[in-house]
Amino acid sequence: MRYVDEFRDPALAAALVKEIGAVCGRLERGRDRPLSIMEVCGGHTHAIFRYGLEGLLPDLVEFVHGPGCPVCVLPMGRVDDCVAIAEQPHVIFTTFGDAMRVPGARGSLLQAKAEGADVRMVYSPLDALELARKNPDREVVFFGLGFETTMPSTALTVLRAARGNVRNFSLFCNHITIIPTLRALLEQPDFGIDGFIGPGHVSMVIGTAPYLFIAEEFKKPLVVAGFEPIDLLQSLLMVLKQMEAGRAQIENQYARVVPDAGNPAALKAVAEVYEPRATFEWRGLGSIAGSGVQLRPAYAAFDAERRFAVPDVKVADPSSCRCGAVLTGSEKPWACPEFGTGCTPETPLGALMVSSEGACAAYYQYGGLRGAAA
Amino acid sequence: MCLGIPGQIVAVADADAMLCTVDVSGVRRAVDVVCVAEPGRPLAELIGAWVLVHVGFAMSRIDEEEAAATLKVLTEIGEAEAEMAALRLGLDHPATP
Amino acid sequence: MTTDTAAPRAPRAPLPAPAAPARPKLAAKTVTLAHGGGGSAMRDLIDAVFLSAFSDEGRAAPEDQARFDLAALASKGDRLAFTTDGFVVDPLFFPGGDIGTLAVCGTINDLAVGGAVPVALSCAVIVEEGLPVEVLAQVARSMAEAARAAGVSIATGDTKVVPRGACDKLFVTTTGIGVVRAGLDVGIAKARPGDVVLVNGLLGDHGAAILNARGDLALETAIESDCAALHGLIADLVAAAPGIRMMRDATRGGVASVLNELAEASRVGILIRELDLPIRPEVTGFCEILGLDPLYLANEGKLVAVVPPEEAEPALAALRAHPLGRAAAVIGRVTDVRPGRVVMETRFGGARVVDMLVGDQLPRIC
Repeated sequence: MRYVDEFRDPALAAALVKEIGAVCGRLERGRDRPLSIMEVCGGHTHAIFRYGLEGLLPDLVEFVHGPGCPVCVLPMGRVDDCVAIAEQPHVIFTTFGDAMRVPGARGSLLQAKAEGADVRMVYSPLDALELARKNPDREVVFFGLGFETTMPSTALTVLRAARGNVRNFSLFCNHITIIPTLRALLEQPDFGIDGFIGPGHVSMVIGTAPYLFIAEEFKKPLVVAGFEPIDLLQSLLMVLKQMEAGRAQIENQYARVVPDAGNPAALKAVAEVYEPRATFEWRGLGSIAGSGVQLRPAYAAFDAERRFAVPDVKVADPSSCRCGAVLTGSEKPWACPEFGTGCTPETPLGALMVSSEGACAAYYQYGGLRGAAA
Repeated sequence: MCLGIPGQIVAVADADAMLCTVDVSGVRRAVDVVCVAEPGRPLAELIGAWVLVHVGFAMSRIDEEEAAATLKVLTEIGEAEAEMAALRLGLDHPATP
Repeated sequence: MTTDTAAPRAPRAPLPAPAAPARPKLAAKTVTLAHGGGGSAMRDLIDAVFLSAFSDEGRAAPEDQARFDLAALASKGDRLAFTTDGFVVDPLFFPGGDIGTLAVCGTINDLAVGGAVPVALSCAVIVEEGLPVEVLAQVARSMAEAARAAGVSIATGDTKVVPRGACDKLFVTTTGIGVVRAGLDVGIAKARPGDVVLVNGLLGDHGAAILNARGDLALETAIESDCAALHGLIADLVAAAPGIRMMRDATRGGVASVLNELAEASRVGILIRELDLPIRPEVTGFCEILGLDPLYLANEGKLVAVVPPEEAEPALAALRAHPLGRAAAVIGRVTDVRPGRVVMETRFGGARVVDMLVGDQLPRIC
């Protein structure tokens, strides 16, 4: 596959790993702790495990798997709201596949489906809209979740529904934004991250400017990265080289996909349809101001939260869960007392075991050969 | 977060609905091209373009020159490494005069 | 549901017309509860749909059981193999096959991977009322064609009709018997460090074809199910590698699940190489779009075989010489490190554990 295979070339990987080793050799002198590099995006976490990248790297480099897995950070109460909507008799509840297994306090959508709710997996919000067109006597609800990458797709779908006057389509909006969350993490007093691998697909929408505060205010380097293994290795090398030179800048390794200005058409659709919420709850992190969006009043007709009575009950994470500490990098997944015993991908307790992009599930599934599972 | 995959636009599926057909290794799907279309230009101009597809939407046109530039940097790192390796090999096994 | 049912797909190779000149007439266009009532309506349905398709040599008197000559069976080997499998695929017809071919090939494969020569199958169907008779007839013809091609008879059967909603269109259960070749002893617990792991071809076709045929994902692809009966290929394989340790067809859960069962049961480690996995580009593309892992996709015509190292070359050659094994490959070997674990060497020499899947693989999109 073009633009994929070139970035999976083992020879290039070997060269990058050597170069990373050389830079680490120089950075290591006088250091008493590893360099913590946070890959913000769950897609990066997935790729790191899928390709076994951690095992190739010097011990000095330690990846901290960040909060960028929208399925993982979805609070249990919101899943319960989904189930409550899906259970209503005339509803066809549509969702991306990975959200089907996320447990709420009242079970997952997969369980609701088993108990008779009409829950359907779709590839695209466009397919949900099409279902609404084909089933005019049913209410079709799409479970919108994801970061800025996914927001334009649901915004454009709502605009299509409005244009086509598809009145039986609505969106249960759970979109979240990464910037306020990164700021909240950076403002924590004990936040020990030395540098960031930035989320490539979020950036193709928002561009690179929104990250500037990370370099300017917090003096941390960030490199926007693609999702192939070569992309990740090269981005890591770029972060390390910044550290070596004592720089803290926002760089773009993924320029083939990410224009520095982002995507104006996508941003326009998002601004047209969505407005910020005062606050939104993240599983494992708690409430973060300005980190969620909702449909603007002009699109209220397509807002499932206004069309259906949702319970909107807050459900606390289990107290034994250490997801918050793992997300901020202060603990490793296997240090959690529940890891692999009380909390497994089959019966996840905490956010990070829920999706294969979650740090704990990734360790459990792909077994960090260098970590606990070795 | 945000699985995206490169695909090539091979046909206009429905110009009024702003849908084009994208091919990913022989697998095809109609995708929304609002985010990559030039306003006012015919969609047919997109045929042949490579785009990054996310949940049925073309979200970015892949910039061939930028991709080549990234690969060039990588190849240079590779070559430098090869030279270093050759140098080290030379030091380990000094050629007998 | 009657009108929703996918139209039967024309078989790729035209069927020889079922031999039954005085083919019984069946007036009904759809199956009703009456067809399961045990009366003449049921008799007509069975005659028209199943007996006319299954029996080659005219119609024998309908008995409640098939009878086998023990001496004839005993001449083929020294143990009886016996297996059963239920088939509930949705949709019933998909590119590369249908529930009928799947049921016949699946049960033949379950016998064959035990080292058995398949002899006969039974076929029990549970039909949801309202199913078009032609759909049932098409499935029966597919079963007959697959069984005939494999040289296996469908010797006995049963038909039940259940009320609408009590099952999904059509469920098929096939049971098979076969005779295990004398001297051949394969088993999931028999792998030893140093052994070589092979597959007979491209992985993941069936899983991708089915997921796509459901139509929810609105993807277009030419991927077809690899559904095939493997007993002929297996006969060649065991002849070339008589010391063969294990064979399994990599159906649900894919190659990853078979390897995990093998590692666990044999208390060995398995090391596979990502670069050696044979996967067609369309399946790779399909998996990339949906965030799936082809190692976990189902196959219906692929087996995982473990042979001692000295038999690896003849085994691979035998597989590649057979039409169902042209893309056969050595994908890894058995080790004594991390017993019970399957590890994959990624294309960069990185390593990752290939674990057992928890539930179904769901598309990973966001």
